[in-house]
Amino acid sequence: MRRLECLAAVHADLAGAAVVTNMGAVAAELHSLGHRETFFYLQHAMGLASSVGLGVALAQPDRKVVILDGDGSVLMNLGTLATLARHGPPNLSHVVFDNGVFLSSGGTPTPTADGVDLTAVARGTGIDSARTVATPDGFAAAVREDMAAGRFTFLLAKVEAVGPASFHMDLHLLENRFAFARALSAQPAR
Amino acid sequence: MPVSQGSAKIVYGALRAAGVRLVAALPESWLTPVIALAGADPDVTLVEVAKEEEAVGVAMGAHLAGARAAVLMQNHGLLASVNGIVSGAMLYRIPLLLVVSDRGHLGETDPWQTEGGKATRPLLDALGIVWDELEDTEEVEDRVADAVVLAESSLAPVALLLTRRLMCPESQVSPRGDGP
Repeated sequence: MRRLECLAAVHADLAGAAVVTNMGAVAAELHSLGHRETFFYLQHAMGLASSVGLGVALAQPDRKVVILDGDGSVLMNLGTLATLARHGPPNLSHVVFDNGVFLSSGGTPTPTADGVDLTAVARGTGIDSARTVATPDGFAAAVREDMAAGRFTFLLAKVEAVGPASFHMDLHLLENRFAFARALSAQPAR
Repeated sequence: MPVSQGSAKIVYGALRAAGVRLVAALPESWLTPVIALAGADPDVTLVEVAKEEEAVGVAMGAHLAGARAAVLMQNHGLLASVNGIVSGAMLYRIPLLLVVSDRGHLGETDPWQTEGGKATRPLLDALGIVWDELEDTEEVEDRVADAVVLAESSLAPVALLLTRRLMCPESQVSPRGDGP
């Protein structure tokens, strides 16, 4: 299963949701499928996409928020899983693409390549519904279910270590940042 | 433990008066009473993080979604959060109110706090982060409000150092250990 297939399968479902991605392939591929102003690509500060998504979701409890993350980023901020279990609100879904490598820096294996199971870690934090999917259809169904679940959710997608030909995005990160905040301001913050 | 509950109330009241609706924090002995006030306040969302850099990310997200946030951490947590501050908040021009307990400065009795104490002000200066001290109870509310104004007009982090004189006034007279 490729990440791009997964993202294509849920792109329509993400309309209206605020989406926060980590850097690299997730950002470039989501952008390539069609940018929306409610998509925010965290191009650095590796590990913090999930923390940023938590802040967005807590500030706007009436908006669905989806974090699109990677195994390397989660491993860099593993405590985030405990924080999300404790404070993750019902409007927040954490989706992790696990390709087992640091793809954007050349493909060095991450610990998940040796069997570290981030879904098991998430379950251990108390997210009983945390699960792993390995097919695009299963992924799309799980994302839809999670976005409608009415509770904080964790989903891990096992994907191939394949990314886009280029990580370049024709969108300056500040342009993205200001347009995202403006798009979100259509709904009141708590 | 000589932490002043009165000062904690003044600091928390100043955050509320400045419009803070979300507090992202990691406990430290001077901050514990401030964080407890946030936890007991039904109008404020408290996020207790596992490591301080997460709090930077949470506050960034809150700002992007329109909520005013404060980050509460010890100065050693500031040291641990540098990449989030630089490659998150500063790169993306996101205002942050950093409320930092100023351990390891004048009057510190715990040896383990002293290296971080020496590094705190030079680090903030190196990052180009405007900082000020909260020292007298009478000035806290105005200074917190002014810090929020500057953070939001400059789209940058601003740090307020919670000094020993403010948080532990007793220890100015009779030095003793404060705990971790």
